Amino acid sequence: MPASAIYLRRRLVNAFNLGISVLATVFGLFWLVWIMWTLVSRGVQWINLALFTQITPPPATPGGGIANAIVGSLLITLVGVVVGTPIGILAATWLAEFGRYSRIATVIRFVNDILLSAPSIVIGVFVYAVVVARFGHFSGWSGGVALAIIMLPVVLRTTEDMLTLVPDQIREAAAALGAPQWRVVITIVYRASLGGILTGVMLGIARISGETAPLLFTALNNQFWNANMGQAMANLPVMIYQFAMSPYENWQHLAWAGALLITLAILVLNLIARLVIRSNTFGT
Amino acid sequence: MPTLQRPTGKGLAAHRRLNFIPPLDQALMREVGTDALNSISTPTVTIGRIRPGRGTAIADFLFRGITRVAALLVLALMAGILVVLFIQAWPALHHFGWKFFTGTDWDPVNVVFSAMPSIYGTVVTSVIAMVIAVPVSFGIALFITQLAPAWLRRPVSTAIELLAAIPSIIYGMWGLFVFAPLFSYIQPWITDHIGDWPIIGGLFQGPPMGIGIFSAGLILAIMVIPFISSVMRDVFDLVPTVLKESAYGVGCTTWEVVWHVVLPYTRIGVVGGIMLGLGRALGETMAVTFIIGNSHTIGESLFMPGNTISSTLANEFTEAIGSMYTSSLIALGLILFFITFVVLAFAKLLLLRIGAREGSKG
Amino acid sequence: MSQPDSAKTHAISLQAPAVTKRASSSKNIIENPKLSIHELNFYYGRYQALHDINMDIAERQVTAFIGPSGCGKSTLLRTLNRIYGLYPDQRATGVIMLDGRNILDRDQDLNTLRAKIGMVFQKPTPFPMSVFENIAFGVRLYERLSRVKMQERVEWALRKAALWEEVKDKLRQGGTRLSGGQQQRLCIARAIAVKPEVLLLDEPASALDPLSTLKIEELIAELKADYTIVIVTHNMQQAARVSDYTAFMYLGSLVEYADTSTLFTNPSLKQTEDYITGRYG
Repeated sequence: MPASAIYLRRRLVNAFNLGISVLATVFGLFWLVWIMWTLVSRGVQWINLALFTQITPPPATPGGGIANAIVGSLLITLVGVVVGTPIGILAATWLAEFGRYSRIATVIRFVNDILLSAPSIVIGVFVYAVVVARFGHFSGWSGGVALAIIMLPVVLRTTEDMLTLVPDQIREAAAALGAPQWRVVITIVYRASLGGILTGVMLGIARISGETAPLLFTALNNQFWNANMGQAMANLPVMIYQFAMSPYENWQHLAWAGALLITLAILVLNLIARLVIRSNTFGT
Repeated sequence: MPTLQRPTGKGLAAHRRLNFIPPLDQALMREVGTDALNSISTPTVTIGRIRPGRGTAIADFLFRGITRVAALLVLALMAGILVVLFIQAWPALHHFGWKFFTGTDWDPVNVVFSAMPSIYGTVVTSVIAMVIAVPVSFGIALFITQLAPAWLRRPVSTAIELLAAIPSIIYGMWGLFVFAPLFSYIQPWITDHIGDWPIIGGLFQGPPMGIGIFSAGLILAIMVIPFISSVMRDVFDLVPTVLKESAYGVGCTTWEVVWHVVLPYTRIGVVGGIMLGLGRALGETMAVTFIIGNSHTIGESLFMPGNTISSTLANEFTEAIGSMYTSSLIALGLILFFITFVVLAFAKLLLLRIGAREGSKG
Repeated sequence: MSQPDSAKTHAISLQAPAVTKRASSSKNIIENPKLSIHELNFYYGRYQALHDINMDIAERQVTAFIGPSGCGKSTLLRTLNRIYGLYPDQRATGVIMLDGRNILDRDQDLNTLRAKIGMVFQKPTPFPMSVFENIAFGVRLYERLSRVKMQERVEWALRKAALWEEVKDKLRQGGTRLSGGQQQRLCIARAIAVKPEVLLLDEPASALDPLSTLKIEELIAELKADYTIVIVTHNMQQAARVSDYTAFMYLGSLVEYADTSTLFTNPSLKQTEDYITGRYG
């Protein structure tokens, strides 16, 4: 083959493969646009005041809302955050400040990363076996515990990464003034990484607020008002699941409205996380 | 300098990126980056009276102890999940023995259970997802790192990462109500054109229902693309500039640089990213539950309905009657946990190797 | 395999007697030591980074440690306030006397030690808080002052560090928003505010531009009146400019220690001469 032919061939291969790469990117973005469009076009018409003020209606009965599911989701998520966040931050503190590269710290980091990607439905089964089966009934508490277990590794991972970014010299400078270690951590290290830790918490909330699988066997669902965490509790994801799979049109409409709401909420959370970072890096 | 051996600078960035945080989170973390220190300006601190001496030592000891307990809790959690699942699964595993893994029956009426159909569905949907997602993710990473103009890199990365932020139940609803009806129109065309190919043809035959194993695999692919592509993008960014420049220097095209320099240099990280995506695909529940069709059969065609471990659990767990039924379901959960554990541990080990290599260079 | 090893040991053992001799003789030049170091050895895990260091450090004078990278000068400095204790695998043996006490003693209270011995690091280390809080942080560790007293103390420290005029209108701003040179002087002010007796400076100007370096050097000359200053520097001109005594270190040993003009103009060892004339390092 003459040299020019080889060159032409190489050029063609290059152009073709790079073209495919552009197509792959378009392919990826295509689904995002399609899914978002579906959500908006099918959900937005069912969003009204009643959605936020009324409880879930009986099947095939027009009207009603998903207020009980929204409140339930907020409560269950709150439990998940309140339980998962402090444990995650404290554990991350130990890894970043004390354990560091010791063997046990490495093992904990490893296990945490596996928990981070572990199937959430298995977490649901675990909490069912430990909490629900023991107390004999589904409950908002058990849902909160399941979400906390999912929240914990997210917070741990992001917090530790943020703490690790604080240079050792800052710690040394504080210690050189004679500050005890707990104080160095709380007043200097946490402060330096506050923006990152908050971001991690927000991303954790975004993650757990869309989780459905672990709530199926823990919080279950509830057609009625219930602010009692000791009982089965309505929540958005499971409500969406049950209503979407139901044969009743009005339920399916509520499911689409709920799906739009929850997705928007999660995207907004991500947006706020970005804004927090922007405002924090303003000084640079 | 006598400081601890911990990754700093570029090594740290690598260490931070090559982890299991979902891609969107990684992007945010990158933004926080080294600016973390400049982040706070609120001046008020309230502190109590601290005298140097014993009180300080006790406070330090307590602080250390509390954080340590929290850290050990992670290990306890993992151990607890394994032990609890195993104890609960034991009756079924003991009763059915090896037949639980090899049998194909799932018959709640006669109390005969076996995991094979669910394991088959789990593995096959994940394999389909990988076959689609890996090349696409590679293309996306290639586009973002080598082709896109600087102003486009960030928005495209973010948009792809947003795919990971959408809850899986949304994928399920979209898949069942929007994608499946459309796909059922395309299926006959696929059957006509591929269905009579030798060997693989049979996989693409059957009634055009829209739902089934293939559809589940396709939706899983969309869901794991952001995970795989962001790991690939990050490891591609780690390739030293001089290496790429010297390849360009001998006259390589962009594609040749990527294929002969970037990809070999990053192959461990790339495999790690694929494993990470696989771990996600194996355990994904809600999207699959919506669209796989929920049938405890091992169909000959990919267009037939099936089941995965997670969809079986989601569908039947709350309705299971009798301890053997529940125990069998928990045994399924244990198997799933075990499979994902192995895959994720493998992914993590590979990515740790990349991190260590980068760290030692920095 | 064994040959290079033994050769290395040989080289060190050749060196050691000269060092000890010189060091012990140089001890006599200091009449009123603030810190007195005897037979100090230092280890990172199994690796020995300092070998039998003996030296006195003069009160209210500037003492400089010089030597090539990895010679142990920073390590030696970090033993003086026991900051190495943050890392579990680092340990020191020997004696460092400060005001009649061995600070390497197990029961030495680290907080009081560090109140007496302040430290400034290579890179500026402003805490993530305002300029004012950066300084007040250290003071609050030891004293409870009223608002007014605290403001006075902060101003005093900033004036001492020749920073007051530049930041008096920015006290509520983040400390990280100052320039690099200002940040470093802020760190010096923070160390001074605790009213220590000794200041340890670990290459305090190496990350700064020439103008900021000059300011730091002027500051050191002024602070000498009140504080015992120990400075590590890789810049020999800087050592010559700011210090009264200079210690030359190599491979973890103290090679030569003398008053600065003697060491730079008339070093007694060839090794020292080679280094200060730039033949290696």
